Amino acid sequence: MTQYLAAFVVGGLFALVGQLLFDLTNLSPGHVLSGFTALGGILAGLGLYDPLIKFAGAGATMPISSFGNSLAKGAIMEASKDGVVGVLTGMFELTSAGITAAIVIGFLASLVFNPKA
Amino acid sequence: MSTNQQVSPEQRRYQALAKKHTPKPPVLRHAVAAFIAGGLVSVVGQFLTNLYARLLHLTPDKAGNPAVATMILIGALLTGFGVYDRLARLAGAGLAVPVTGFANSIVAEALEFKREGLIYGVGGRMFTLAGAVIVYGVVTAFFVGLFKALVK
Repeated sequence: MTQYLAAFVVGGLFALVGQLLFDLTNLSPGHVLSGFTALGGILAGLGLYDPLIKFAGAGATMPISSFGNSLAKGAIMEASKDGVVGVLTGMFELTSAGITAAIVIGFLASLVFNPKA
Repeated sequence: MSTNQQVSPEQRRYQALAKKHTPKPPVLRHAVAAFIAGGLVSVVGQFLTNLYARLLHLTPDKAGNPAVATMILIGALLTGFGVYDRLARLAGAGLAVPVTGFANSIVAEALEFKREGLIYGVGGRMFTLAGAVIVYGVVTAFFVGLFKALVK
């Protein structure tokens, strides 16, 4: 139960920060979401995102910052094995499931559905 | 928005007037709605993560993958049925920040440009917003990884 509570609060806080950026700045959703993703990558580099996932579970893995974290984590992991080349080969190691799912599901959905007027 | 270039006094007066009459967003109500929606999405994600961990005997770490994929599927379906955008109008960033919003942006763009054909419309436009997210994520991760590889 505490696991769900932590997920709710942390996932909610990510969204809250995003909403404040929408309302209080001129940043577009594209800016905010790109920024969240980049922030996730930086937090991964600092070794801070994994502890957050440990604490909040899906509260940290569902926001888009998690995508940036996974990209950086894959790159760092392979880099520790193969050096600089590992940065290139490890980039999509952890994110390929999400990207593949997004492309295939997005494509199929766009065939099946039609725009709502 | 940017107020660069030469602006005539008349334009400046107009901008000031427009600014005065632009409705202020109800910041507090939006923030609460986003918090609740973002929290609920995470709770669903947590439920799926636990479910997959138990059903497929995965570590919680690994169970995140099918959970994210399922959330993408849910986001795509709700977008197709026209439900996601209606909910997002209430929830704001609460439905934009989670990965379901990523799926929503892909399907919404693809559908909007479907009439331009399957190649340039659907294939090309799908990643209008998601593409920006991927580009900035990858570039950041590249330099973070490079730094880690070089500075030990």
